[in-house]
Amino acid sequence: MLHTVNKSPFEKSTLKSCLAHARDGDAVLLIEDAVYGAMKGTDAAGEIWPRKGRFAFFVLGPDLAARGLDPARLIDGFTVIDYEGFVDLVVEHDTTQSWL
Amino acid sequence: MATDEEPGSGGGVEAKKFLYVNRRAPYGTIYALESLEVVLIGAAFEQDVTLAFFDDGVFQLTKGQDTKALGVKNFSPTYNALGDYEVTKLYVEKESLSERGLTVNDLMAITYEDEDDDWAEKPSIHLVSRSELADIMAEQDVILSF
Repeated sequence: MLHTVNKSPFEKSTLKSCLAHARDGDAVLLIEDAVYGAMKGTDAAGEIWPRKGRFAFFVLGPDLAARGLDPARLIDGFTVIDYEGFVDLVVEHDTTQSWL
Repeated sequence: MATDEEPGSGGGVEAKKFLYVNRRAPYGTIYALESLEVVLIGAAFEQDVTLAFFDDGVFQLTKGQDTKALGVKNFSPTYNALGDYEVTKLYVEKESLSERGLTVNDLMAITYEDEDDDWAEKPSIHLVSRSELADIMAEQDVILSF
């Protein structure tokens, strides 16, 4: 399954709930304000890095750039994708769950 | 309306202290842009304006915003125009920055020209603690939250 999350982990508990429900081998894509959750050194990073081995983590590049976030400061293990990559991910997975 | 009751006219009514609270990240929702637009429109009323940035609102001020691939307008340069509208007090909360792994060096250097000091360029951003911000909030007459 592909999970997408679009809200900041500092504002909503959506990312936390998504990661608590996703199963090993699932893909998790952060878009829109959720991209802040992919950055190193934040209070929310603890949601992500302990689970790195279990899920494939992706983050949408255009949303990072819009917010002035440097890809060099991403938590290790994130793959940056563009909109074409987003489409590819959706096509590759039988089901997409958009966590709003 | 009697002209000597107009705010800022010197007709005897003191300017009110307006606080604009910014707690949300830019671009994911429209709140950040709407807040900025209300501040600019409200500047016409010549009140004593303060902007507070905390929680995810601190993200509104990060430098290097590039929205080309998103196809929306990058409105971050507009914060630099606030000084021209005599909005010179931007309070950024320290705790919100550190919770998000940010320092003041990640933010735009927003300045204003002080007409009472030979147009010297001064910083508009002031870092404050959560409790200092609470004190600032307690002094306000009108609070608009975004």
